[in-house]
Amino acid sequence: MTQESYAAIMDQRAEIMRASVDIDYEQYTTGRLAFDYERLMADTGYDIATALAVQKTTAVGKTPLVELKNITALARTVSKPGKGARIFVKDEEANPSGSFKDRRASLSVHEASKRGYSGVAAATSGNYGAAVASQAAKAGLRCIIVQEAFDSEGVVQPEIAEKTRACEAYGAEVIRLSVGPELFYMLLRVLKETGYFNASLYTPYSVLGIETLGYEIALQMQEQSGVFPDVVIATHAGGGNLTGTARGLRKAGAVNSQVIAASVDLSGLHMASDHDFNRKSFTTGHTGFSIPFTTWPDRADVPRNAARALRYMDRFVTVTQGEVFYMTQLLAELEGLERGPAGNTSLVAAFVIAQELDEGQIVVVQETEYTGAGKHPLAQLNLARQMGIDVRRGDPRDNKPGQCIIIPEHPSQLAVVNIDMEYVRRSYLHNAIKSLPEGESLSEVDLAFLAEETRISQTHVQEILNELTGKTR
Amino acid sequence: MTELIEKGTWVEIYNVVLPANERAPQVPEDTQRVPLEMRVKGFLLAPAAIGEDAEIETLSGRHLRGRLAEVNPAYTHSFGSPVPELTPIGCEVRALLHEKGRMQ
Repeated sequence: MTQESYAAIMDQRAEIMRASVDIDYEQYTTGRLAFDYERLMADTGYDIATALAVQKTTAVGKTPLVELKNITALARTVSKPGKGARIFVKDEEANPSGSFKDRRASLSVHEASKRGYSGVAAATSGNYGAAVASQAAKAGLRCIIVQEAFDSEGVVQPEIAEKTRACEAYGAEVIRLSVGPELFYMLLRVLKETGYFNASLYTPYSVLGIETLGYEIALQMQEQSGVFPDVVIATHAGGGNLTGTARGLRKAGAVNSQVIAASVDLSGLHMASDHDFNRKSFTTGHTGFSIPFTTWPDRADVPRNAARALRYMDRFVTVTQGEVFYMTQLLAELEGLERGPAGNTSLVAAFVIAQELDEGQIVVVQETEYTGAGKHPLAQLNLARQMGIDVRRGDPRDNKPGQCIIIPEHPSQLAVVNIDMEYVRRSYLHNAIKSLPEGESLSEVDLAFLAEETRISQTHVQEILNELTGKTR
Repeated sequence: MTELIEKGTWVEIYNVVLPANERAPQVPEDTQRVPLEMRVKGFLLAPAAIGEDAEIETLSGRHLRGRLAEVNPAYTHSFGSPVPELTPIGCEVRALLHEKGRMQ
């Protein structure tokens, strides 16, 4: 085993992480599995006012909340009479690097600067890399972004090619890797070598930075329409977007707004497969991240993930790749907003869910992202064709990830598939049992924790656990 | 004779980080069969030829060695051709809105 072999570096994971995020996660442990989530968040010292003040210094946030009147009108042409809620979108493209990820990066970079780190590093192939690079540039910190960028044939996913360019434009070093989860191994090597701050997507700073997004939505909606939104829909991957937004809504008093997760269905495609890598037309906001992270958030690069989506999720839906490309076209041609496709995942869900609601109700899509070369439906569909994927008009229900992308022929064909929340909770509890060390059993504190995590009663948690372990009461 | 690239030139180097048989145990079979490869850009620290060993200083100030792969590498990602399945969508939905008298 060499000093830099996979096993050698992974063995040092805990100490490297401890030095690079400067949080002693161990002190929050309260049970075998349980930990004090709220204290972990509160100990950072960032309440909403502090986060807003930090973000103001780098022009992050205060993005427009735009009513999509023509898309709402189109939804009403296909809804039942009296149905078709008003759809709004929070135009997060207006952030410095073009996405809500600036909120996420801002507190991490601020913290790195405050604590005297000379640089920041992050493992990310998406908008977050550009956000960290942009914030680091403004703070005068060095920045390294580790990306999973190309397959073994050297074919670069065009969206990631654009992210490479953006990160380098902000003066960051970009380490481009071929396909595989060893992205995190490389991040550890970089952190060990440089002593940089780990601007992980999953620290409390990252999630607290997004709370301002939910907070702004609640206040802007109040100001514009005199009410809180009935529904807020978040494009869902690792869970930070939904968690932060939901927490921010609650902090603004919007406790009754329903929070819905929407992901692109990429079922059947393996996230670490070299073959499948360029057969995905989305690099984030898809089920390849959202299902594993919802059913077990503590699979991230930090010991305790601050993004715990299942705690905040009222409903979880999927849509297809073709529907998102169709919606991206509608947003440009009906609303004059040309935005990147991934953020429009939740807009597809909004278009469908608005038709379940009355005309007077309000649905908010909580983000957009910038678009450009590579990061565009044309680039993605041209690559898909090159990879042998069948792109055609038709019924989106015929969608098969990796084999065909079906662009709807009519707005009435847009639909959501509901993920069974009971299945998600059981899956979470199954993973919880699996993570329990051999011979250990759950305490009362753990049961209370699992009930909070899954938003069901302790009795219900116990019933599911009994079923899963084959015990009877 | 191989042409030497001047010191200070913006270049990309290539390395195999983990050979095919040393990858993370959890990677699927197709990924196990190929190495983990790395590409990083920076300024060349001493003259070197394409395909030969070279050392660079990256934008974060790190010094890295690897095979000199490209000189002043281009950003080649683009939009590509218009996609016929997307082109008519705007006209279709505007027609629907006009038909129902809903266009704002």
